[in-house]
Amino acid sequence: MKATPLSNCERRFLLRAIEERKRLDGRQCYDYRNVRISFGADYGCCIVELGKTRVLAQVSCELVPPKPNRPTEGILFFNLELSPMAAPGFEPGRQSELLVKLNRLIERCLRNSRCIDTESLCVVAGEKVWQIRLDLHLLNHDGNIIDAASIAGIVALCHFRRPDVSVQGEEVTVYTPEERDPVPLSIHHMPICVSFAFFQQGTYLLVDPSEREERVMDGLLVIAMNKHREICTIQSSGGIMLVKDQVLRCSKITAVKVAEITELIQKALENDHKVRKEGGKFGFAESIPNQKITAFKMESAAVNTNNVEEQAEEIITKADPPSEVFAKPILHTPGTAQIGEGIENSWGDLEESEKEEAAEEEGESEATAFECQTMETEDTSTMRETKKDEPIVLSDSEEEEVVILEPQELPRKTRTQTNLKQENTSKKAFNKRRRKKRAAY
Amino acid sequence: MAAPELLSDEGYRADGRRPAELRKIRARMGVFAQADGSAYIEQGNTKALAVVYGPHEMRGSRSKALPDRALVNCQYSVATFGTSERRRRPRGDRQTGELALQLQQTFEAAILTQLHPRSQIDIYVQILQADGGNYCAGVNAATLAVMDAGIPMRDYVCACSAGLAEDTPLADLSSPEEAAGGPRLVLALLPASGQIALLQLSARLHQERLETVLEAAGQACRALHAVLDRVVRERLREVTALLGD
Repeated sequence: MKATPLSNCERRFLLRAIEERKRLDGRQCYDYRNVRISFGADYGCCIVELGKTRVLAQVSCELVPPKPNRPTEGILFFNLELSPMAAPGFEPGRQSELLVKLNRLIERCLRNSRCIDTESLCVVAGEKVWQIRLDLHLLNHDGNIIDAASIAGIVALCHFRRPDVSVQGEEVTVYTPEERDPVPLSIHHMPICVSFAFFQQGTYLLVDPSEREERVMDGLLVIAMNKHREICTIQSSGGIMLVKDQVLRCSKITAVKVAEITELIQKALENDHKVRKEGGKFGFAESIPNQKITAFKMESAAVNTNNVEEQAEEIITKADPPSEVFAKPILHTPGTAQIGEGIENSWGDLEESEKEEAAEEEGESEATAFECQTMETEDTSTMRETKKDEPIVLSDSEEEEVVILEPQELPRKTRTQTNLKQENTSKKAFNKRRRKKRAAY
Repeated sequence: MAAPELLSDEGYRADGRRPAELRKIRARMGVFAQADGSAYIEQGNTKALAVVYGPHEMRGSRSKALPDRALVNCQYSVATFGTSERRRRPRGDRQTGELALQLQQTFEAAILTQLHPRSQIDIYVQILQADGGNYCAGVNAATLAVMDAGIPMRDYVCACSAGLAEDTPLADLSSPEEAAGGPRLVLALLPASGQIALLQLSARLHQERLETVLEAAGQACRALHAVLDRVVRERLREVTALLGD
């Protein structure tokens, strides 16, 4: 399915807001959305929510023969999948540019930075090593997939426990989790990606772009860092022209953000460890809050509305004055009113008259809207007694009975007025069709 | 795994260069008569060939044509005999796919695509021998090829890699230096304005060292620009002489 394109007015709105340093969800330029980490029942499974973007990570391991040119090192395999579950624009099975880019970023961030000690994964040199496989699935796409994926990946790797192995001579014994406690992976450091979105040829910079902001951005800069302020990878994409100062500034911001996120991760891992040790309940079923009625729950966000009134003034003064309001409706029958004069009916050609009928109906439904408004403003009772039309039964009308509803006193409520509007349009349609058929025969 | 010494005590690298020295560059433009533009570049032992076709009508699906600018279509492939161990396939794996995307991104920013709406420009880069700095050589060859094809660009796109040995930044890494596992920064620069078209860093680098390495890469790109400029002017002289003033 093709993704819905972004409308021009939405694009303009977003860009104007960014120029004034305002974001749609009320964040500041350098603010992250809320990060929530929840763990599954098994070791090595976690879900990370960055705002509404959700990524599921699962780590699994297997004993395999090692690569021939690296006989003493374990094998790491990373895979990120974008399924149509995340966004309608993703199609299954087709490797898109985005997928290649994300996969390569995750690989560079986690593999090339050597965050996992691969030598410790060796069981028998040259024969058996552990292959650690990290699978990332995007569950919901609300912007900034790479940050959420990198957090999910490293958390899952930290959380994972592999079976304990002992080697005696030629014999290799793999213990099940019941026999011996599984062993965690040896992880040196935790690289985390931070994304920066650039707008208007690099003039404006936002951290953690949401999905809408991603659609209007010029380009993206991803910096992966660990808490020791070592940069693990930098990647610029999207065809923006950067200047050295911007890159250095971004790296400083990254250091701050990574420190915060690493703290959060440590806390989450500790909590989960504590809960499991104490024998409490853990797993996804526990972490899904019960109070949610629907999926669409918005957290209140502080939005800066300082300049709103002034801008409204600007727009109002620039706007055209409203078109003339017709003051006097002419009432033909109860419930039928005419405001202004319509175009002349041409009774000759049936097709032509049908089109005109549609146009007239539109024109008159607008007229009824006006009528409702004018009725509100007028103090007199809305229904005036005019001559009643006797219901005339048509010769071969398909309608069984043509009924004119008696007008009733209407209280000044909006709901009734809309009902009246509906009644009016339907009655008018009736009357018009009746008149036309009368003329035709 | 002990890394081989990148910098000797006297300050020389494994191949005898100084830290900021580039490898020897030989470049030729107009290598193929068939293509609109072509170029061949050798940076040390790395050999790259680039061929440009365009701007021409959209091939394949017309619906992908952009109404206000040209589409840049890039392909990056490494020959099977190019690496020390024979590669299974020249392109189609994730790494070459990513590099092709990055090529496209770089040149979309540099070429004045607004001058050719609804058309397509093809850039094919083939690495004949990969000895470090493969992507950079590819970008440099592609720049020369695009100039040879007469497609207007904002500026030269010069790419160079840089690394770090202890505290000294190294420019233009060769294959053994890259394999040593230290940080590797690839920078594609438009020299006149100093704008960065592509920035990519692999392996760990401390944040405080970032500036020095970026600076070293920038200097190397500017030095490269001087060489490429000389090649282009030489070629221009040749061509005008052949055309007979």
